[in-house]
Amino acid sequence: MAVSKEEILHIAKLADLKIEENEIDEYAKNLEDILNFAQIINSVDTENVKESIGTLNNVNVFRKDEVKEFEDKEALLQNATEQEDGMFRIPKVI
Amino acid sequence: MELYELTVHELLEKLDNKEITLEEITKSYIDRINDKEKDVQAFVTLTDKEALGKVQTIKERKTKFEGIPIGIKDNMCIKGTKTTCSSKMLENFIAPYNATVIEKLNEEGLVSLGKLNMDEFAMGTTTEHSAFKKTCNPWNLNKVPGGSSGGAASAVAANMVPWALGSDTGGSIRQPASLCGVVGLKPTYGLVSRYGLIAYASSLDQIGPITKDVEDSAILLNLIAGHDEKDSTSANVDKKDYTKALVRDVKGLKIGVPKEYFGEGINEEVSISVKNAIKKYEEMGAIVEEFSLPIADYALATYYIIACAEASSNLGRFDGIRYGYRTKNFESLKDIYVNSRTEGFGDEVKRRIILGTYVLSSGYYDAYYKKAQKVRTLIKDQFNSAFEKYDVIIAPTAPNVAFNIGEKSNNPLELYMEDLCTVPINVAGVPSISIPCGVNSEGMPIGMQLIGKQFDEETIIRAAYTYEQETKFMENYRPTFKN
Repeated sequence: MAVSKEEILHIAKLADLKIEENEIDEYAKNLEDILNFAQIINSVDTENVKESIGTLNNVNVFRKDEVKEFEDKEALLQNATEQEDGMFRIPKVI
Repeated sequence: MELYELTVHELLEKLDNKEITLEEITKSYIDRINDKEKDVQAFVTLTDKEALGKVQTIKERKTKFEGIPIGIKDNMCIKGTKTTCSSKMLENFIAPYNATVIEKLNEEGLVSLGKLNMDEFAMGTTTEHSAFKKTCNPWNLNKVPGGSSGGAASAVAANMVPWALGSDTGGSIRQPASLCGVVGLKPTYGLVSRYGLIAYASSLDQIGPITKDVEDSAILLNLIAGHDEKDSTSANVDKKDYTKALVRDVKGLKIGVPKEYFGEGINEEVSISVKNAIKKYEEMGAIVEEFSLPIADYALATYYIIACAEASSNLGRFDGIRYGYRTKNFESLKDIYVNSRTEGFGDEVKRRIILGTYVLSSGYYDAYYKKAQKVRTLIKDQFNSAFEKYDVIIAPTAPNVAFNIGEKSNNPLELYMEDLCTVPINVAGVPSISIPCGVNSEGMPIGMQLIGKQFDEETIIRAAYTYEQETKFMENYRPTFKN
């Protein structure tokens, strides 16, 4: 399973990560190693087997759609690098 | 015997008899931390002075556990305390709320001595992937404590905390417990709320106790288990008293031994030690049978595909805007996202995000992610059918004892192999407890895991307790802090 330079850069872009030119080979090799190892699952017969998204069988866990005020908004905001008037500040987007 | 050497149930007994005070207990741990933390490096944040302050205000205990100290892995939110996940990304993050498990401990009055080191975002098996420090194994300071809850396991083994909470996605409670010679329990998925646990892989993550003995494990499980409406995957099952399972009796207990767990990749001394423990069970009246669990061979690959896929999605939230590290190098909003993530995450986290993004990406989704989800169904099915025949499955916890720090850190795949024995249990969502069953020729602890059916923690606790009472590992072996 060979992973090309273009593929690594494409995946990094999807993940919002920057991979420098001199890091590409190592990321590609690590990804190839684990993908080659993971090939083993292709030898399992999964015809007519359904996918599992978890281990419990509970589906559609409903709760009332109620507004609950978070008690300490200051505590939430204090973790932002930049804030203003109770809002998170970001650079201009348009 | 020093107070810090006692288990929590022994401390409680002495408190009830008025032989000791809460202040003496906390001070004993603070002295111990001052003495050993420089060697072990288990803590990211110490809150021992605050704990002492709280304990000194207690005139009379209102609840059984009021004033009892505990250590918490640094991926669980404690309001007002730094919760870093041992990542530069969250180095200055102060949790704005309590995890549900912390709420539960607070209701009982427990006090936290501090936040414990871990592999960054719980991704690793050695705690070497922490962005802040390398934790050492108290049995030999040159060796890894295991991971990702390496800080928690080493702090318990070094008697710097009486017990701790860890989290286990693919073995992160059990494997470090095994490498540090302590007891680690991963409950059934859904038994303990994940609210306020910083997510790695949501369908696999579970919080559980790391303790000095099985009795403390049952006691701590009592304190943290229970349905929580804030976690929609939390199971609505009846509340149990796990201490009722502390019964010294395995007569007639049906134990299955999966032969796949004793073959290639398992260290011989580990294999022999676990087999000897199984013989002991036979002597104590259990019915032991070898069986085949062929799907176990596929669990590691299945785990890494599913866990990394979920991680790549979960860690998408770290964008430098509302909390977490924000880059100084940006012009556009997109620069903030990309540069904050690239500078804030460590290498192993980025490797797993890349793998997870790859297996979820167009063209590969069916071949990897969907296929792994189907294999997961078969893994669950094989465990379920095994539990129609057996009450408990016994296997090694880790393929190796603790190895040298730095020995395997250059080869990611080699490190992933350390999860060989533990991951199938998370993929199947069943409970498992790791207890010490001996030491190797170098005196490093070996652990075995007792695996049970979903929501049947009682049976594995009973089986673990019986072996522990019979062999008294703790009384015969102690960490030596040698170099």
